[in-house]
Amino acid sequence: MSHDVLALVWFALLGILLIGYAILDGFDLGVGILHPLAKGDTERRTMMNSIGPLWDGNEVWLVTFGGALFAAFPNAYATVFSGFYAAFMLLLFALIFRAVSLEFRSKVKDRRWRTLWDFGFFASSLLAPFLFGVAAGNVMTGIAVDDRFVVHNGMLGQLKPYPIAVGALAVCLFAMHGAIFVYLKTEGDLQERARGWIWRAFFCFLAAYLGVTAYTVAEVPRALSNFERVPALWIVPLLNVLAIANIPRAMHLKMPFYAFVSSCCTIAALAFLFAVALFPNLVPSTIDPAYGLTVYNARSSEKTLGIMLVVAGVGMPCVLAYTATIYWVFRGKVKLDHSSY
Amino acid sequence: MDVEILSRLQFAGTIMFHYLFPPLTIGLGLIMVIIEGIWLKTRDETWNAAARFWTRIFALNFALGVSTGIVMEFEFGTNWAAYSRFVGDVFGSALAAEGIFAFFLESGFLAVLVFGWDRVGPKMHFFSALMVFLGSCFSAVWIVVANSWQQTPAGYHIVEQVVHGEIMPRAEITDFWAMIFNPSSVDRLTHTLVGAMILGGLFVCSVSAWYLLKGRHEQFARRCFTIGVVVAAVFSLLALVTGHDQAHQVSETQPAKLAAYEGHFETGPADLYLFGWPDAETQEVKYGLAIPGMLSFLVHWDFDEPVTGLNDIPADERPRVWLPFQMYHLMIGLGMGFIGLTLFTLPLLKGGRVFRMRWLLWVYVFAVLGAFAANQAGWIAAETGRQPWIVYPSVQGGVPMQGLRTSDGLSESVGAGQVAWSIAMFGAIYLLLFAVWIFVLNSKIQHGPDPHPHQPPEESEDGAGYLASAAGRVGHTDSMTDAKTGDNRETTPAAARLAGEGGAP
Ligand code: HDD
Ligand code: HEM
Ligand code: HEM
Repeated sequence: MSHDVLALVWFALLGILLIGYAILDGFDLGVGILHPLAKGDTERRTMMNSIGPLWDGNEVWLVTFGGALFAAFPNAYATVFSGFYAAFMLLLFALIFRAVSLEFRSKVKDRRWRTLWDFGFFASSLLAPFLFGVAAGNVMTGIAVDDRFVVHNGMLGQLKPYPIAVGALAVCLFAMHGAIFVYLKTEGDLQERARGWIWRAFFCFLAAYLGVTAYTVAEVPRALSNFERVPALWIVPLLNVLAIANIPRAMHLKMPFYAFVSSCCTIAALAFLFAVALFPNLVPSTIDPAYGLTVYNARSSEKTLGIMLVVAGVGMPCVLAYTATIYWVFRGKVKLDHSSY
Repeated sequence: MDVEILSRLQFAGTIMFHYLFPPLTIGLGLIMVIIEGIWLKTRDETWNAAARFWTRIFALNFALGVSTGIVMEFEFGTNWAAYSRFVGDVFGSALAAEGIFAFFLESGFLAVLVFGWDRVGPKMHFFSALMVFLGSCFSAVWIVVANSWQQTPAGYHIVEQVVHGEIMPRAEITDFWAMIFNPSSVDRLTHTLVGAMILGGLFVCSVSAWYLLKGRHEQFARRCFTIGVVVAAVFSLLALVTGHDQAHQVSETQPAKLAAYEGHFETGPADLYLFGWPDAETQEVKYGLAIPGMLSFLVHWDFDEPVTGLNDIPADERPRVWLPFQMYHLMIGLGMGFIGLTLFTLPLLKGGRVFRMRWLLWVYVFAVLGAFAANQAGWIAAETGRQPWIVYPSVQGGVPMQGLRTSDGLSESVGAGQVAWSIAMFGAIYLLLFAVWIFVLNSKIQHGPDPHPHQPPEESEDGAGYLASAAGRVGHTDSMTDAKTGDNRETTPAAARLAGEGGAP
């Protein structure tokens, strides 16, 4: 494979890792966003334990995405992470609090203790997708990257209306995804209420989706250029609309599993559209389009990309095998027992 | 303070906090595998209770290891962007491989280990423990390879990449296996893993010794203590062997570092200090006690052979001396202490004599702190001794390759104010986490193992005996092998599945 092809393959593989992360961690972040709606200690524990054995493995997709970005496009890793310094620090604090809130919450039988960690779990689950959205929004519009790939605007420069809108979209999307997951994993009263959450989150998501789509077309005309070049790509937004429409339909027909599959497809489609809108840029520059980081000038050497492909080829089937095993072992409704959180 | 100092402080602080947990995870992983293995063979209730107890402790540490580890993964990009650009081609692949090969394995099977007691059979549970242990060792492999490459780079060349007319040199892989098996990676990996096992062993000893002193969970504590001491003894001896190899390797690849470790200012025959107070100003070691010629002997097997001193290193390439010297000596001192302590204890295990020696048990309650300190000290020595390089210069096939100075590795877009702010936040959050960790750990230890966790209460007749013994004193004499015969081995897997419902943790 030539160097260019390898770079394209890695662009695609990073997209797959991102989609895997968004689908999997998406529902557990969503469960966190909805967590305050649970009534009483047992319901809260039930919600936490619905993701108990799963969230850590889901987060590894993010870690691996980070490592793969570092290896495949080191310049992009360095530019984005240092350029979004404040946002990434906030994200790290959120991820720390999420992990420890889950672990600590049920260890002590004290109302204030539990309320504290419940709040930590909720706030961090809300903050993380919002920050992901803000970062994605900034990457869409481009950031002030100079000719040496150094970023020149700080945190406040990144909190513009468009990225905030994308952040809100991410929050609504994950809340809906999480609500469907809660519906699948619970029974009785909690499940009945989860149905209501699904509807409300769905309409919030729909509004945000339409708003952000219109906003993108107006604000980032470059986003459409690849669709003009390859009209066949229009199939994806079309399928996306079908997937979105299928969520209320499946819920109405009492087939929640299909609703969940549809929301997974929605997430995948949105991530795909994001990638198509960017390509071949990784980070467009607002100072001079020629300064942007692209798949070609940010990549690592041909040798490294090749080695990494072998690593991924050996590793990913194993990863999929244990992910499937874990989801199989923990299938079915949540039951609280002595090993639960 | 400038960005460089702040970023280094931040990296040092966050990695040292992270590194409280990995060695504990790895070491306890080994203990869990041993205990679950014995349980699988004997089906003895006490072993099952022990496996469950250590799993709970393990899960707590694991959660902290995960949350602090994610910080590390991103910190290369946030604070060390220039470094990341320089090393990305080489270093990134190790980090990515860590995710794919190690973290997925660890986190996946951890779920079964912690939450799967009632969902999978004992064999699958044992297998999960084994996989979690292997996963944590694998993650050590990749990250330590990455670190070793930055200490003793190999299998690469420097490419002058031109970006928009600017030259940006960076390292590119030429030989993957040479990169992985660079001169220090095998030594460093074995030594790091050995250090982790010592910590695991002494941690188990500490908790068990405390139960024995308080007269609680005696049977459990005796058995776990025995395992802990044996593990700690074996690995303490291995630490000496692997550590010696390390020192030898350092003398070849990083002479400046070795000179700093030993406060060796002038090239010539070198002494080995047992302790001392090196002063870089006056170029001497004060208040020290040294074995003449011993360092020359350890490095070259000859008491008079000269060893490179700091005077032969260009002034702007010398590491600081005091910190590496002290940390290195602290680690070795502690290591010798562990060897002495555990070898002294081994014969006392026979007939349970050690369990009557309260002073010795008290020593074990605190020895675990020494193991934490030795692990930290080893890394501090290795990392500060590497300065001022973040990537050491090297010679590849006769061609000298440039290194990267720590001061050149920073993120240009990040200012001192931002780093100061993030350090303050990390400081506050980590302090809180540390306090909560100690608190929850303490309450778990206070709670202790549940006797007969997977039998419905009415069946556990010998539970009374257990409780009675918990109230008793230290000092009866059955050995582990005796104890085993006393327990029922008939527990069927079906009974195992009848796990006690309810009981919020
Ligand atoms: C000798 C072993 C060792 C060393 C030197 C390090 N780690 Fe670590 N790390 C582990 C051994 C480990 C582990 C045993 O695998 C952990 C600790 C506890 C745990 O949960 O997994 C872990 C967790 C952990 C995680 C979370 C994994 C997950 O989500 O499951 C990340 C992202 C990192 N580490 C990254 C790093 C980086 C970037 C390091 C260097 C700067 C680093 N670790 C040093
Ligand atoms: C886990 C145990 C480790 C500990 C306790 C540790 C400790 C330290 C300390 C104390 C420093 C600051 C040195 C100074 O500024 O003088 C440092 C710096 C650094 N270490 Fe480590 N280290 C560990 C592992 C690693 C690993 C595994 C890597 C790489 C894969 C690594 C890469 C770095 C880098 C990039 C810096 C920052 C630049 C510098 O100051 O040199 N460290 N570490
Ligand atoms: C008993 C004699 C010991 C000797 C001679 C010894 C030797 C060494 C040497 C020479 C290094 C530096 C390697 C470098 O700079 O690249 C080192 C590092 C280290 N040591 Fe030790 N050590 C001993 C005991 C211990 C013990 C008991 C522990 C932990 C319980 C420990 C943990 C570490 C760690 C974590 C590192 C940093 C990682 C590495 O560079 O390998 N050591 N040791």
